[in-house]
Amino acid sequence: MSAHQSWAYTDIVKDHFMNPRNVLKDDDYQEDGKGMVGNVQCGDEMLVVIKVDKEKDVITDCKWKTYGCASAIASTSAMSEIVTGMPLDEAFNVGPKQIAAALGQLPENKIHCSVLGDKALRAAINDYYTRSGRPDKVIKEESRIICKCMNVTDHEIEEAVLEGARTFLDLQEKTKMSTVCGKCKDEAQTLLKVYMKKHFG
Amino acid sequence: MTQRQVYLDHNSTTPLHPEVAKTLTEAMTVFGNPSSMHAFGRQAKGMVNEARERVASFIGALPEEVIFVGSGSEGNNTVLSILGCAATGCSCDRVHKPHIVTTAIEHPCILETSKCLTGRGSKVTYLGVDEYGKIDLKELRDSITEQTGVVSVMMANNEIGTLQDVREAARIAHEKGALFHTDAVQAFGKIPINVHDLGVDFLTASAHKIYGPKGVGALYVRRGVQFCPLIHGGHQERGRRAGTENTLGIVGMGKSVEMRSLEMADEAARITSLRQTLKAGIEERIPDVWFNGHPTDTLQSTLNVSFAGAEGESILLYLDLEGIAVSTGSACASGSLDPSHVLMATGMPVERAHGSIRMSLGRGNTMQDVEYVLDKLPGIISRIREMSTVYGRK
Repeated sequence: MSAHQSWAYTDIVKDHFMNPRNVLKDDDYQEDGKGMVGNVQCGDEMLVVIKVDKEKDVITDCKWKTYGCASAIASTSAMSEIVTGMPLDEAFNVGPKQIAAALGQLPENKIHCSVLGDKALRAAINDYYTRSGRPDKVIKEESRIICKCMNVTDHEIEEAVLEGARTFLDLQEKTKMSTVCGKCKDEAQTLLKVYMKKHFG
Repeated sequence: MTQRQVYLDHNSTTPLHPEVAKTLTEAMTVFGNPSSMHAFGRQAKGMVNEARERVASFIGALPEEVIFVGSGSEGNNTVLSILGCAATGCSCDRVHKPHIVTTAIEHPCILETSKCLTGRGSKVTYLGVDEYGKIDLKELRDSITEQTGVVSVMMANNEIGTLQDVREAARIAHEKGALFHTDAVQAFGKIPINVHDLGVDFLTASAHKIYGPKGVGALYVRRGVQFCPLIHGGHQERGRRAGTENTLGIVGMGKSVEMRSLEMADEAARITSLRQTLKAGIEERIPDVWFNGHPTDTLQSTLNVSFAGAEGESILLYLDLEGIAVSTGSACASGSLDPSHVLMATGMPVERAHGSIRMSLGRGNTMQDVEYVLDKLPGIISRIREMSTVYGRK
């Protein structure tokens, strides 16, 4: 049995995992923006730092660190390549779908890992705007509470979809939403369709 | 270039023993149904009976007390379902006490069955464990009520190797009028087991953990204990498990048990020394590690270790690239967000569970294997830690 046969990821993921690009190694890195998301309790944590060409608002360098699985390492590595040289506005809209596509593909239950890389990048971009005295450019990702009983937001529903929820029952199981009064069921089902379309076409 | 392959996942499954493979090859052409009266059937039946006698004598049981099943999971499901039977009004009318006492660190086939039975009207108490994975026998005693039908406590844990005091647990269960089952899938063939000495009513074993074929296990049911089959519809296994016997699998299990009885003692000493070298080497070469499980009451073949700042699935996959096979208690590998229920039950911080790997040694491993792992592992861990947000952060 060769190592290749036992590999669950694509060759591109494997390559990024074996040779991660743009890992932050310099303790004195002078970043223009910094974003950190996730936490170790959930199993994944990511730090993204960027340098920006302030005339053009273009990312000139993107470095990262991550605590996480192979998919987390590979997806952050791939993302750092995608966004280097990219205008901030464009980089802000890089999503998990684009990162997964760049890696060939990722197992569905692993996509929540790549969502973290782009989230950390958006946090870094917002941090750059704040530091450079342009707080008006900061785009907050607002979340809306859908299930009032269990305090579950639309973001959490999106996360659940990315983690593999495909039916209303899956959503209930993963988020505990709609398990009390049940009034949010219709909205949850609509959001399920929206997020399925957004992430899986 | 041929890469060195080091298999350190024997708690998952084991390769066939060459002697078992030989026996299986010879037995392959035997096709008679053991239930048939003619010569073809009698030949098959003879082989099944021989295997049954071997398994029985290996654990100090009578042949009639051994039922061949399709897996360890089936054996465990069967025992717990005796209670489900009462709850669902099964006509067998055997057990009327719908309460199960088990532990938080059992294999999912016990935990999920218990959960399913809860939905059918049974009650389940899950005993917690201490930081080493040991249950508290006093808590066990206090948990057993007049309604308790079965107490099920695993002999050796599959993830951390911790051994429970099964003999004492069985004594307490009997004292309070409950039956006692032990899932011995990991212990069977690694440490000596005698059912009379332990005083258990049920015991589950599996062949593929001891260099036998997959898809066959054995359930010991003490003579005289009331029993309702999980699979109905035939007189096989004295009416206790319907279905035409998996003759080849059973023959393979018989042979693997025979080989265990010949090799177990010497191998245990060798594996103990391999584990000691592996453990000492990790401690010496890698900072910030924790060994999980009990320091002494443990399977010598299991070594579970956590690395600060490194996530288990990454460790597993980097090791895999070097030809080393291990498993992990990290959530990432299982595709859920929850790390190993066993490690969490020992009360460790979540990060430590995410950073764990399990190395389980077996008869094929050599000191060269251990040295190879000790050569590769430190570099892998420091590489992951260099990328980590949580290790060495200022």
